[in-house]
Amino acid sequence: MDKIVKINAEGVKYRQLNIKLRELTANGTGKIELHNICGQRYIGTDLEGAVEIEIFGTPGNDLGAFMDKPRITVHGNAQDGCGNTMNSGEIIIHGHAGDITGLAARGGRIFVRDDVGYRAGIHMKGYNDKKPTIVIGGTAQDFVGEYMAGGIMVLLGLTLSKGERHKACFIGTGMHGGVIYIRGDVDDYQLGKEVDRAELNNEDNELLESLVGEYVEYFNMNPKEIMSTRFTKLFPRWLRPYGRLYAY
Amino acid sequence: MKELKRIQNPYNEAKVIDACSVFGMMDQSGKCFSGEGVIRAIANMHDRGNGLGGGFAIYGLYPDLADYFAFHIMYLSVQAKKQTEDYLNKKFAIIQCEEVPTQPTTTINDPPLVWRYFTSCNKPPVKEFIEEEYVISCVMEINTGIDGAFVFSSGKDMAVFKGVGYPEEIAEFFNLKQYMGYLWTAHGRFPTNTPGWWGGAHPFCLLDWTVVHNGELSSYGINRRYLEQFGYKCTMQTDTEVVAYAIDLLIRKHKLPIEIAAKILAPPLWSEIERHPKRERELLKALRQVYGSLLLNGPFTVIIAHHGEMIGLTDRIRLRPLTVGTKNDVLYLSSEESAIRLICPNLDSAWIPMGGEPIIGRLTERQPSSPTAEGVGSSAN
Repeated sequence: MDKIVKINAEGVKYRQLNIKLRELTANGTGKIELHNICGQRYIGTDLEGAVEIEIFGTPGNDLGAFMDKPRITVHGNAQDGCGNTMNSGEIIIHGHAGDITGLAARGGRIFVRDDVGYRAGIHMKGYNDKKPTIVIGGTAQDFVGEYMAGGIMVLLGLTLSKGERHKACFIGTGMHGGVIYIRGDVDDYQLGKEVDRAELNNEDNELLESLVGEYVEYFNMNPKEIMSTRFTKLFPRWLRPYGRLYAY
Repeated sequence: MKELKRIQNPYNEAKVIDACSVFGMMDQSGKCFSGEGVIRAIANMHDRGNGLGGGFAIYGLYPDLADYFAFHIMYLSVQAKKQTEDYLNKKFAIIQCEEVPTQPTTTINDPPLVWRYFTSCNKPPVKEFIEEEYVISCVMEINTGIDGAFVFSSGKDMAVFKGVGYPEEIAEFFNLKQYMGYLWTAHGRFPTNTPGWWGGAHPFCLLDWTVVHNGELSSYGINRRYLEQFGYKCTMQTDTEVVAYAIDLLIRKHKLPIEIAAKILAPPLWSEIERHPKRERELLKALRQVYGSLLLNGPFTVIIAHHGEMIGLTDRIRLRPLTVGTKNDVLYLSSEESAIRLICPNLDSAWIPMGGEPIIGRLTERQPSSPTAEGVGSSAN
């Protein structure tokens, strides 16, 4: 069985914390618990290896930036920029996340139990089997999927009350790659000029079933209830929306 | 003056990522508390600033002298102090005055003199005497007319303590733990396009209005020209002071409710206005027509305070962060949730408001009919 290392992070600066995480990961530690985390930025930045990190408290901005393979679980809320440019691995947040969740991610997966702030998934990009994926259990504020160049964004709307709709505007503004799935309806005025709607095909349904399956496993919910509501699929209308902008 | 390069970039990194930090805490039942928690919270966001500005505003600070305007003034020279005191003696009856107590610290270098004066106005023989106007004109007179003197704060039963240093260092310098207040705001500065100097630290204050700000107001020039028509003079070499003057104009002079003032500073986008029902749409359009020059453009999060109210507001597309927390009667506003959790781990609710949506804390005992907090949004954890 893997060794579990517990760290009391109270008052520990992020530089020291990240040095420790690197040491532990390098010597093959399987699981690390960070207790009393309160605002330390860049936790797990550029960390490489299949280590499991459990965070108790409120991690600071840019959680898991550039990371490769670790699985970070947050028992609490995350702040801004979590999963910044991450390469692979998972971030699972038992709470809400702030602005620019998963910005510029190039791989890996982020599961947020509740809502996210502005500009979730801004400029995510995908290539072949690298598909950064963000599953948001609640709803998002404006500019979700802005400038998305690849990857998968899912909004489940589970924090909305009955009959309440997603309020985000400028959804997928400047989007030129990847796909957004929104459980429930959105109005045309909520969409960026660069996205259009499509019916879900079998492939979409299979993908959603698997992602929702994973979501309910992390957060202990009922998948049937989630999948019984219709999803809206959004895709980019052009691969290069501004290709001719500066061509005279 | 501090050597800026060493403070801004001690690790010689190619890029320094910083942002200002703002924090506000208000007990809406009016109960006073010490600054200990607020100081710890703003210190928790140390990395957002770079030591070139820190400050605090405290309300409910001088209950025994609550009827007097409490001028807090910084002096760069003894001459400036003498000139200012001569001026004050002409314009006010000074009930009590003293140097603001400080303690020597290793981190604060070359501080200016800071004095406080509790005063009442010498009423000039005019028919319509408005006390607030009189005080404002005196503040503007000192700031523009006397070399090396700047008014930190000029309200009753409140004060601003600020300077060059990290906020926790400024708190230590002025020994702020000893003070009690029912509303505190705090700021850690990362100056972007104006110098880090004692007068330029936040909060900015006029009468009992204070503002702390994270961001940059690209509309500063337009806002400033508009405000100058009403006699406000911008002297602090920084964009934030226009917010303090704009709020004074809109709320004190034009008597608009804060909810309307918020729609002037951070109006909905035109596309959103078009979707409102007719009456609201007409109101929002009229506000943009009348007060277009007070629209704050560019990224901002501000915490605005005066007696009885604390307001958090961000720009329309929320280019700067703001998190809200509540616990019983206490309302917290912060750049980062972790700063709130540090001093109150078990919040009743914590959420992130929409861009341009004002979050308002109000004293319940002074205005029993008004709601305690008008924020909407999902609550979680």
